[in-house]
Amino acid sequence: MKNTANNSKENSNGQNSAMHILIIEDDLEAAGWLKKGLKESGHVVDHASDGETGLALALSEPFDVLIIDRMLPKMDGLTIVKKAREEGVKTPVLILSALGEVDEKVDGLRAGADDYLPKPYAFSELLARVEGLVRRKDTEPQQTVLKAQDLEIDLLTRKAKRGDQEILLQPREFKLLEYLMRNADQVVTRTMLLENVWNYHFDPQTNVIDVHISRLRGKIDKDFDTPILETVRGAGYMIRAHKP
Amino acid sequence: MRINLKVLKTSTFRLAAIYLVVFAVSTGAVLGYVYWNTVVLLQQQTDDTIGAEVQGLAEQYRQRGLSGLLEIVKERSKENNGSIYLFTNFVGRRLAGNLDGLPVGAVGKEGWIEFPYGIQTKNGPDKHIARAYHLQLAGGFKLVVGRDVAERRELARVIRTALFWALGLAAVFGVSGAFLLSRNFLARIDSISATSRTIMAGDLSERMPVTGTNDELDRLATSLNEMLDQIEGLMMGMKEVSSNIAHDLRTPLTRMRTRVEAALRTGKDKDQTEALQSTLEETDQLLATFNALLSIAKAEAGQARAGFVPVNLSELVEEMSELYEPIVEDEGGMLELKVEPDVMIAGDRQLLAQLMTNLIDNSLKYGRDPESNIPTISLQTAMIDEKPTLIIADKGVGIADKDRERVTERFVRLEESRSAPGNGLGLSLVKGVVKLHKGEMVLQDNKPGLKVSIKFNT
Repeated sequence: MKNTANNSKENSNGQNSAMHILIIEDDLEAAGWLKKGLKESGHVVDHASDGETGLALALSEPFDVLIIDRMLPKMDGLTIVKKAREEGVKTPVLILSALGEVDEKVDGLRAGADDYLPKPYAFSELLARVEGLVRRKDTEPQQTVLKAQDLEIDLLTRKAKRGDQEILLQPREFKLLEYLMRNADQVVTRTMLLENVWNYHFDPQTNVIDVHISRLRGKIDKDFDTPILETVRGAGYMIRAHKP
Repeated sequence: MRINLKVLKTSTFRLAAIYLVVFAVSTGAVLGYVYWNTVVLLQQQTDDTIGAEVQGLAEQYRQRGLSGLLEIVKERSKENNGSIYLFTNFVGRRLAGNLDGLPVGAVGKEGWIEFPYGIQTKNGPDKHIARAYHLQLAGGFKLVVGRDVAERRELARVIRTALFWALGLAAVFGVSGAFLLSRNFLARIDSISATSRTIMAGDLSERMPVTGTNDELDRLATSLNEMLDQIEGLMMGMKEVSSNIAHDLRTPLTRMRTRVEAALRTGKDKDQTEALQSTLEETDQLLATFNALLSIAKAEAGQARAGFVPVNLSELVEEMSELYEPIVEDEGGMLELKVEPDVMIAGDRQLLAQLMTNLIDNSLKYGRDPESNIPTISLQTAMIDEKPTLIIADKGVGIADKDRERVTERFVRLEESRSAPGNGLGLSLVKGVVKLHKGEMVLQDNKPGLKVSIKFNT
């Protein structure tokens, strides 16, 4: 989080360039599929199948993201995170675990992880979160105005405008838009929205998020030619920082 | 013998034995003190009396000479009061007194002696013991003055006997009392452990014996029985759940397996893609069911109580209404909010939120007007009977009286709702969360519709 904005990671399209990712996971098949998926998304992936090897790798090479399973032979995931943090490694960490309850999640975040994803997960969810982690690291926290194309929100005055036209937003709509804009060019899943905008760590049966999105869309996209808020099928939503 | 040894090892017996030893030592000390005082005091008195008499006689001898002394001794010997006198010449022949001859040990100048002697009683001759002082006078004459101490000895003996009897009886009563007490206690403990062994062997219907005296063992047995009731209830629930799980998880798994198998057999890309697509959807359904089961188990285990924090129920309801309002409005329905501000409870915010979403989801599914198909949902928080209360109601078809108990059980789905998506776990989780928060949930007829009232006891 302390890193200054590192725009070299973005190309002109606003898409992330290749990331160097370390997967520490003892289930070889699961690791294989994960590796395949991340490679197809354009990233460079290394894999370690036990805790000690994983920690050694994480300490010796600079990675962009560490994906660590919680239960591992030789050293468990939380210990790896703690030790890596003690050694001054600031790489964003995503913990994967079959222990998915909320308090397990808190344990993980307390140990120094940046995000926590319960198993089983949808690959799109994982990819969104991994890319979100790097993005989070890149965003300058002091920023008070966020921009995406001609949409602009002011975090101090809580006002939004598109072009010259002011858009009136409810407080929750503003929060929702802010989260989407902070993660511009990243797919944001419904679960991520529930967690970060509403702070609920479970999925209601009814898809309440879609309705909120469509309301927001009605305000920021309806009267304009180019839609800013896109639906990514089977994954979630995305705001584009630049015109495609 | 085995049983006896077991009794000796009980804590009651150990306590009784310790008590007995303390009791015996103190009784012994008191009786010993009495004995010592009585015996020593009596001997002292006798010795003093004898000493005084010897002094008196020696004085008479000095004043009135040999004949005076002889006279006095003769005089006093006649009195049959247990006094003993002897006056002899230098060869030891009796000149006066009621003793036959010089007793053994009366040698030397003077001193105390104790000796047996015979006396004549109504029942014939008898052996007695005497204590005396002997004194050699000038000219080889010898004077012995003493007292019969048989009575005193007898008294000491009686006291001694009483003492030993008292100690002995105390020991016998103490040991047998301790033995009986511990055996009684042990019998009850044994019956409790025998019962627990039966229970461990698998018969959960067995209960600890309660005697009805409401002593500490009864209270222990009663709380053990309450615990067993709870366990039995949980076990019954578990049994039912496992068969439900077996059914509700096996069915979709079988369906998935058949579908994948069929797709593999046809070998056509299109079929395989379709099969994969629906398998993925079904897997998500299964995972949702699984997660719901885990959440219920977690809520019912009660561990989350350790992490309870103050939760503003009113704010949470407002947040919920804000989350659901758009979807209800899109359906053309109404979300009514009646919130008494700052109704607080101690709880787990996530689980309470999940409780509310489950109830609102249900109202969205089943709380629609049967004719217009429009949902009307009302959310309410209030202090009712000084208890924080949450009420979620709708105007739908409601739940028939006979089904209200049943709907909170896992996987129970009423016939009317089988067609709607869901896993039959929503209300089970609600029930689990209510129980975790020590609340009471009542399902009522909202005329029309369902009204769920939850009272929290915090």
